Amino acid sequence: MKRNRMGLIALIAVVAAVVYPFVFSSTEATTIVFYALLYVAIASSWNIIGGFTGYISLGHAAFFGLGAYTIALVADHLGIPGGYGLFLVALLGGVVAALFAVPMGFIALRLRTIHSFVIVTIAYLFMFQLLAFNLLGVTNGSSGLAIPQPNWSGAFFNMPFYFAALVLAVLTVLLAYWIRNSRFGLGLLAIRDDEDKAAGVGVDTWKHKFAAYIISAVPIGIAGAIYAYFSSYIYPQTVFDPMIDLTIVLSAFLGGMGTLLGPILGAFILQPAQQLLTFYTGAAGWDLVLFGVLFLVVILLMPSGIVPTIVERTRRARVREAVQKADETVPTPDANPAAGGGPR
Amino acid sequence: MSAVLNVQGVRKRFGGLEALAGCTFAVEEGSITSLIGPNGSGKTTLFNTVTGFVTPDEGEVSLRGEQIQALSPDRIYDRGLGRTFQQVRIFSRLTVLENVLVATSRSSVIKGLLARTRQSERDRAMDLLNFVNIARLADVPAGSLSFGQKKLLEIATILVGEPKVLLLDEPAGGVNPTMTAQIGEKIRELNQRGITFLVVEHNMEFVMGISHRVVVMARGKVIAEGSPDEVRRDPKVLEAYLGA
Amino acid sequence: MNLVFGSVVLGILSGGIYALMAVGLTLSFGVLEVINIAQGMLVVVGAYLSFALESYWHIDPLLGLLITIPTLFLLGFGIEWAFLRPLKQDRVALSILVTYAVALILEGLMGLWFGDNFVAIHAWYVDAAINVFGLYIADIYLIGFALAIVLLGAVYLLLYRSKFGAALRATVQNREAAVLIGIDVQRISTLTFAIATGLTAAGGMLFGATTAFNANSMLDLISRLLMIIILGGMGSMGGALVASLIMLVSVDVVSVAYTPTWSTFVFFALTVVVMVVRPQGLFGAPPARKV
Ligand SMILES: Nc1ncnc2c1ncn2[C@@H]1O[C@H](COP(=O)(O)OP(=O)(O)OP(=O)(O)O)[C@@H](O)[C@H]1O
Ligand SMILES: [Mg+2]
Repeated sequence: MKRNRMGLIALIAVVAAVVYPFVFSSTEATTIVFYALLYVAIASSWNIIGGFTGYISLGHAAFFGLGAYTIALVADHLGIPGGYGLFLVALLGGVVAALFAVPMGFIALRLRTIHSFVIVTIAYLFMFQLLAFNLLGVTNGSSGLAIPQPNWSGAFFNMPFYFAALVLAVLTVLLAYWIRNSRFGLGLLAIRDDEDKAAGVGVDTWKHKFAAYIISAVPIGIAGAIYAYFSSYIYPQTVFDPMIDLTIVLSAFLGGMGTLLGPILGAFILQPAQQLLTFYTGAAGWDLVLFGVLFLVVILLMPSGIVPTIVERTRRARVREAVQKADETVPTPDANPAAGGGPR
Repeated sequence: MSAVLNVQGVRKRFGGLEALAGCTFAVEEGSITSLIGPNGSGKTTLFNTVTGFVTPDEGEVSLRGEQIQALSPDRIYDRGLGRTFQQVRIFSRLTVLENVLVATSRSSVIKGLLARTRQSERDRAMDLLNFVNIARLADVPAGSLSFGQKKLLEIATILVGEPKVLLLDEPAGGVNPTMTAQIGEKIRELNQRGITFLVVEHNMEFVMGISHRVVVMARGKVIAEGSPDEVRRDPKVLEAYLGA
Repeated sequence: MNLVFGSVVLGILSGGIYALMAVGLTLSFGVLEVINIAQGMLVVVGAYLSFALESYWHIDPLLGLLITIPTLFLLGFGIEWAFLRPLKQDRVALSILVTYAVALILEGLMGLWFGDNFVAIHAWYVDAAINVFGLYIADIYLIGFALAIVLLGAVYLLLYRSKFGAALRATVQNREAAVLIGIDVQRISTLTFAIATGLTAAGGMLFGATTAFNANSMLDLISRLLMIIILGGMGSMGGALVASLIMLVSVDVVSVAYTPTWSTFVFFALTVVVMVVRPQGLFGAPPARKV
């Protein structure tokens, strides 16, 4: 019953997203939602390692950049012209991201403490940025690379990108949903709560984390490639950008880390907000200040994110109701906000 | 009767402290064996060594003749050796039912990715929750259980993998007398179904009540073993407790 | 050969300066279990303060430390009190986000005040150089190294010769146990963070006197400082010192003997390789399983 209702809501959301660009067809309107959808994919994918297991990667922008450079380099070397074909090449971005994720995950996950993991993942991002700057022969350094552009014109230009992002977002959310409901996903959530205990009941924690890390790189690689194609030109500092990681973590966190709905909600709140902020404040500086302040306020007021906060409220309300109704005492979980609100 | 678990000359140092100083004993198949000793005598460290959480500096641990001291905790669990922790440990943000189901997630990632938990496993998990009398809490986040309920949940969780040998670290620690009696009852019942137990416990009444054999540790070594009565009368045991 | 020798000397001297910047990071990690992403930005804030004092009021940067250190001490106090102390659950993730947010705000403010242009702190000892074995070294490096040694020595004394230090070290070893034996962990945390930030003012002044910087320099800095503390072993002060020296010497030597382009990358790669062999870093204790 509950599952059916969720399915229905999801269906309505997807239909709305499909209809949207036909109703609001201006370039501005489609661009904003395009970015939001791209970040739905990115944040949901990051959530598989960062949210489910609690291993906060601050270097997943490396996969974004790898995808971006993949499409630029492949299009250039194989002489692929702009057009629908390049979206297939974008898939290669995911493959390349996964290939790099293997050694990267292997090293970062050996460290055993989450703090060192976080720092090494940050290092990855900067290393790739340095490589992109320095490997002049391959990446053209700070001059960046162009991606061949299609000859779609006017407001239609955005449409193929919009739908590519929509498909990627839907598939990534389905992937996360699938994992969340698999035994593998249960293992990941167990690792987040207590890694040693998980090992003690037979979860191969190393394999679980490693697989989650690699899987989560793939949609981000593809997203990076789509982004690169859309923006027509890439530079080391725009695709290997720490702000991307910050936005990912913040989206996931804002909605609710480790929940399925959280990253979606977070991306849809944060992306438009960020774009409007940059658009209206103009002066570089104020956007950073406002963004930072916003972010602090949210964290301090809602330390577990939107979705878990709501879930916890309704759950408590329901328990209270049940207690009032029932004659025999319903076991009331003692109110412990830290422990409450399991992932949904 | 043969030994199912063999601990042979195990040593473990933490910096300057020798937590295990050549520990040797065996657990008979089908028995309830208790491991007692003063605080800090190395009981928990021994559990950690046997279950792969701590690698011994020296010595061997074998389960049914197979050496396991170099295996990881999940591998050891797969071989039928389960444990609980002295500080109760549960997955606090998962529901009670999910806690039990975690233990059904086998090591293979690919299989785990493709498989959802089957209804039969859910039924089995519910049976186990029924067995420890917390089935009505199945959908509650485990973090909100009471301390005693968490201990019961831990036992249910560990049982789902059908272990042949169970190591319990202070199952009666910090729980009320009624709950203690209940836990003792469950241990006896499971033992009758063929599970071997090694139990660390400070509650002497509890220990003497359920054990077939008692092993006494002091300063990282086994100083006495025998039936509950023999151990009770052993002057070395009293000395270890008083001198500690 | 001489060039390489010179770069080693320079690397050691600037390594001391980096140690001063990194020690704040490692202290707050040790005590608060928080990765302070804002550390790079705090260095830049310290540098800008010294810069402003010097260029607007002509206060000598060394003398200016008497103003900038207390100012950053208070800033650190405020950050800990307002943003870190309220975090109860998910501290790892939240502290990263919070300190990142603080860094962004400070970066925005500094950008608004000082613009995008690179600036550098000037003083007579920044522009003068002395000849050491045929090698010209700006006086500031020698002064900076000496200052770093003095301040690090003071921190050492504070940690190992004072009651506060004993309580602090107890907190580093075991936060829960420290609470149990009656240490006011909250007070220790706030003070540690404030002291760490205060020290960063000195690191910032030296950074600004040896390098041209703008608000954006914080990214470069934080990545290097984080590398230093994981290479040294998280929470280890001696480790931070040694790792700083390794970093700066290797960067300078690669710059001179090969090319500056790859120098930072080489250090990053070196650190990652060390982490493969020794996941806890050079001087870190191996992580204990909590069983
Ligand atoms: N990871 C560790 N690092 C350092 N010392 C440790 C570690 N684990 C245990 N010890 C030390 O080893 C000794 C034995 O500890 P252990 O926990 O095994 O004792 P125990 O017999 O279980 O005690 P209790 O009855 O209090 O639970 C103690 O002195 C303890 O402080
Ligand atoms: Mg113990």
